[in-house]
Amino acid sequence: MAGIPHDHYEPKTGGEKWLHSRLPIVGLMYDTIMIPTPKNLNWMWIWGIVLTFCLALQIVTGIVLVMHYTPHVDLAFASVEHIMRNVNGGYMLRYLHMNGASLFFVAVYAHIFRGLYYGSYKAPREITWIIGMLIYLLMMGTAFMGYVLPWGQMSFWGATVITGLFGAIPFIGEALQTWLLGGPAVDNATLTRFFSLHYLLPFVIAGLVIVHIWAFHTTGNNNPTGVEVRRGSKEEAAKDTLPFWPYFVIKDLFALAVILAVFWAIVGFMPNYLGHPDNYIEANPLATPAHIVPEWYFLPFYAILRAFTDEVWVVQIASFVTGGIIDAKFFGVLAMFGAIAVMALAPWLDTSSVRSGRYRPMFKWWFALLVVDFFVLMWVGAMPAEEPYNTISLIASAYWFAYFLVILPLLGVIEKPDPQPATIEEDFDAHYGKPDAGKGAPVATPAE
Amino acid sequence: MFKTIALSAALAIGLAPAAMAAGAAGHVEDFAFSFEGPFGTFDQNQLQRGLKIYTEVCAACHGMKQVPLRTLSAEDGPGMPEDQVRAYAAENFEVFDPELDDFRPATPTDHFPASGMENAPDLSLMAKARAGFHGPYGLGINQMFKGMGGPEYIASLLTGYTGEEKQEAGAILYENKAFPGGWIGMAPPLYDEAVEFADGHANDIHHMAEDVSAFLMWTAEPKLMARKQAGFVGVLFLTLLSVLLYLTNKRIWAPVKGKKSA
Repeated sequence: MAGIPHDHYEPKTGGEKWLHSRLPIVGLMYDTIMIPTPKNLNWMWIWGIVLTFCLALQIVTGIVLVMHYTPHVDLAFASVEHIMRNVNGGYMLRYLHMNGASLFFVAVYAHIFRGLYYGSYKAPREITWIIGMLIYLLMMGTAFMGYVLPWGQMSFWGATVITGLFGAIPFIGEALQTWLLGGPAVDNATLTRFFSLHYLLPFVIAGLVIVHIWAFHTTGNNNPTGVEVRRGSKEEAAKDTLPFWPYFVIKDLFALAVILAVFWAIVGFMPNYLGHPDNYIEANPLATPAHIVPEWYFLPFYAILRAFTDEVWVVQIASFVTGGIIDAKFFGVLAMFGAIAVMALAPWLDTSSVRSGRYRPMFKWWFALLVVDFFVLMWVGAMPAEEPYNTISLIASAYWFAYFLVILPLLGVIEKPDPQPATIEEDFDAHYGKPDAGKGAPVATPAE
Repeated sequence: MFKTIALSAALAIGLAPAAMAAGAAGHVEDFAFSFEGPFGTFDQNQLQRGLKIYTEVCAACHGMKQVPLRTLSAEDGPGMPEDQVRAYAAENFEVFDPELDDFRPATPTDHFPASGMENAPDLSLMAKARAGFHGPYGLGINQMFKGMGGPEYIASLLTGYTGEEKQEAGAILYENKAFPGGWIGMAPPLYDEAVEFADGHANDIHHMAEDVSAFLMWTAEPKLMARKQAGFVGVLFLTLLSVLLYLTNKRIWAPVKGKKSA
């Protein structure tokens, strides 16, 4: 690995040398697992492991579920009940997979907001960020298609609403929607292709995860100070870092075990809490549910989708300027995808020279407001499309865009950052004291 | 700051069922069922009474096509002896056999029949397909503490008739306090002493509503007890693993960290 200087793998025995000169796979694994990691990483740096675990959990439970599931409109619902009633441990497999999706999104949102606060998206980690955004988009697609497979009422009507979004695209929309669905409406052709893609995409995600890790192993991890690891020499770098194994592996596994205990309690004691009761009713194209709501992890962006109605002046202007090509529905679709696009562009929209939010007194407050905004959007996305929820979702959507398009660029110019520590070592010792103070010795004064 | 985010992540879980908050829901009472809570179990006698009520009352219109008859002998379900299940299936239900090209008495390997009436919904999953509790303010907190409220909804519905009727578009609608919207097409199905129990158990409408709701919770979630046990064992072991990893982590980091300066 390029980047931070550290000891590399040296093949010692004859056998190791033989293999290393042909396929340096042991060296690759060694360098990956022993990568120098900033020693001041806090507990928000554990989500990567949680996410990796989630992907593995979903793939493993998913592969077994597929052995018992039947992708056909007449049989899908009953085959899920077959899994719940007849397959050995099937109820656990299915509930783990179902709630595993929720854990996956809890972790990915924590991971993304961690990156947004500590400036992990900034140079030189833009590629890591962009790959991450791609993974997030694929996750949303995979989760959406997976939710269709049990063929309950929400599966069917959710699929109808979301694929309808593509129908809003001017000129080609209708043809595109028909092509995606494999027919004029959500039916067997839709179910089978969603099943196929739901099986395929997790492996694409796994591939991108490897690229994601490769990218940040090249640049080195960010850390809570945003100050880079010193790279002048091996000795200098060693003062700022510790090897990933065992220090961070054990720390991350500890966090993972705590999170899994909570997750397991939800699966064991309240597995349907995060789901929608309507999905225990078999899909019926003739009966529309009173309220069609997506799963909780889509709600913030669903709120943005619905926020832009005919009555919003931005929509009216867009419609007037384009001669009606951009109507409210298409505007909503653009806003929804735009909300993720502006987030992906954060590396270029943030003008501040300081990386970590810890040393940005004004940024902190705007960021806290963004987190609140995200939860307001999530809440309002589940509410019926009526007042006062329409106004709330419009204001909350506006702030989402304002944060990325206005606040991030402006703050870099007007904000006076707080002093940053010179090195990671300094930050670490300020928290924990110098290790050479020794056991039982009086508390060392931290080097400030 | 990251504490805010961690808190927010925890909140996300609480916010989720906001999805079910919408709509003018009826009034649902909070019944105390034996299967509630992390250690709740089904009451076998109650399930058997519920099955009797289902068979003599509900089954006239409602089917349960997802439920195999053989599961009536499940240990963590109604626990009926196998010969009783065989007799019950043969006495009560007929199924169409494509091989015979005719109807024959049902056997334990068959499922309960589907609904006989077109607008009578299948009851297999009814206790999971309805949520009795909502809010407040779309936050899903009630469901976190009281449960989703499916069986409570069924019991409240069965006891929620006010006795008022009205005619609408040629159909009679009955006023019901628990039904969303307040008017339901189903005539009051239960009345006091509608079903007699062999052991002389109380058969007023409230007891029977509770019994049949408990039975429908079992049909919807037959593996509830096994699931809760798996949940308990899993949480126990993961907590133990967390403690061990916590101690390991502390030990590994001890030489690197000095004394806390604060």
